[in-house]
Amino acid sequence: MSGEQTVIMDNSGIKRAVTRISHEILERNKGLTDVVLIGIRSGGAYLAEEIGRVTEVIEGVKAPVGAVDITLYRDDVSGHLPHQAVGKTDIPFSLEGKRVVLVDDVLFTGRTIRAAMDALMDHGRPQCIQLAVLIDRGHRELPIRADFVGRNVPTSLKENVAVLFDDKNQPIEVVLEK
Amino acid sequence: MAEFKHKDIIALRDLNKEEIELLLSTAESMREINSREIKKVPTLRGRTIINLFYEASTRTRTSFEIAGKRLSADTVNITTASSSATKGETLADTALNLLAMKPDIIVMRHAVSGSHYFLSEKLPSCSIINAGDGAHEHPSQGLLDMLTMKDKFGRLDGLKVAIVGDITHSRVARSNIQGLTKMGSAVFLAGPPTMMPPGVERLGNVTVCDSMKEAIQDADVVMMLRIQQERQGKTLMPNTREYSRYFGLNPENVKLAKPDAMVMHPGPINRGVEMSSCVVDGDQSWILKQVENGVAVRMAMLYHVCGGELE
Repeated sequence: MSGEQTVIMDNSGIKRAVTRISHEILERNKGLTDVVLIGIRSGGAYLAEEIGRVTEVIEGVKAPVGAVDITLYRDDVSGHLPHQAVGKTDIPFSLEGKRVVLVDDVLFTGRTIRAAMDALMDHGRPQCIQLAVLIDRGHRELPIRADFVGRNVPTSLKENVAVLFDDKNQPIEVVLEK
Repeated sequence: MAEFKHKDIIALRDLNKEEIELLLSTAESMREINSREIKKVPTLRGRTIINLFYEASTRTRTSFEIAGKRLSADTVNITTASSSATKGETLADTALNLLAMKPDIIVMRHAVSGSHYFLSEKLPSCSIINAGDGAHEHPSQGLLDMLTMKDKFGRLDGLKVAIVGDITHSRVARSNIQGLTKMGSAVFLAGPPTMMPPGVERLGNVTVCDSMKEAIQDADVVMMLRIQQERQGKTLMPNTREYSRYFGLNPENVKLAKPDAMVMHPGPINRGVEMSSCVVDGDQSWILKQVENGVAVRMAMLYHVCGGELE
């Protein structure tokens, strides 16, 4: 993907969206009882940490935060391309009976979310799974929708949406690449 | 990040540093699966793996079988005692017959060095993984040894690794030498002169020592090899007691290595010959951790050979 880049959400926009999503998570779940945050590597994992910090400031308690790598659960692991490096899944607590908030940066076809849900099920049986995303760019190929959305961005299939992070894994901005 | 484009894993000699790093990093991630309650991922669903063992094995075969199953592949084991090889079928014929059953990977152990290259040429559509070929290489053992060292030291670069024993007959030693020298470790070898292959220094940063003491002095890792009585003739050493006196690891000489040195052994161990029991079971022993890491490393190998070779 080369070509022009447009910033569609700046840093303060991301901060406001994360704060609103955090409030909505607390409202929906009536606090943080039994709530755990699981981010999808890599962007989602950074955002899950961020939501963990914001909800802690609001509620005064910290929800457990974990990260899931979906490489081994992808539906396109084929024999045609070299297999990707596998990242680390880090869920050092049980998901049994928990209210899991799955966090990703960009929601697109929904295939990543499908893979992540399968991965979570192998870690126990959560009470429910909710989905929080910073950007929903449409073009779903599976019956999946987000519960908490930072912003809906209508895109064409030729475009690419990327959330950029700095070297401390803090979000910088969201760009649309044509 | 490097990409893994090989069809087969036959020798660590064929892999570069980046590819070894990729396999080790994937193996580290695979460990998470082995530690949870549901020890299975769907990655290799529908793939068939044949474990073809022409030589005895407990650890390696079980470990490859578990690795395949945890990735959801179907695994079939063939050991020579129960196969047509006892009726005189050649390796080429066995291979072509197995191919008719459309396996994706054949994991083979064979007494003839290099037999995997022959098999790979015969079977271009199937990945071949070497689980030990004669006195050539044992890449999964080399990788799991390096992963275990990385667990303790966080790096391989700059480590002093002593390998002691029957180097000539040891495929474990060759794979470790190939891998470790690429990763920046210094390898020191010791063993009876009758068991030291001439010219082994040419493999890289390898030093042949005159005595065991010289090899393990200030070592970070002491790797002891099994005396392979089934492979050697009777003339290589007078008796096991004498061997043990000069090349056995015991609570006294292990102190020559660094105080936090790790002691390793690829198994199976001849207790009291190359290692005294109190060292095998001692605090510095990482032998069982090696076995544990074996499953994760083999999962990484199966996963990466199943990927394609194309851009």
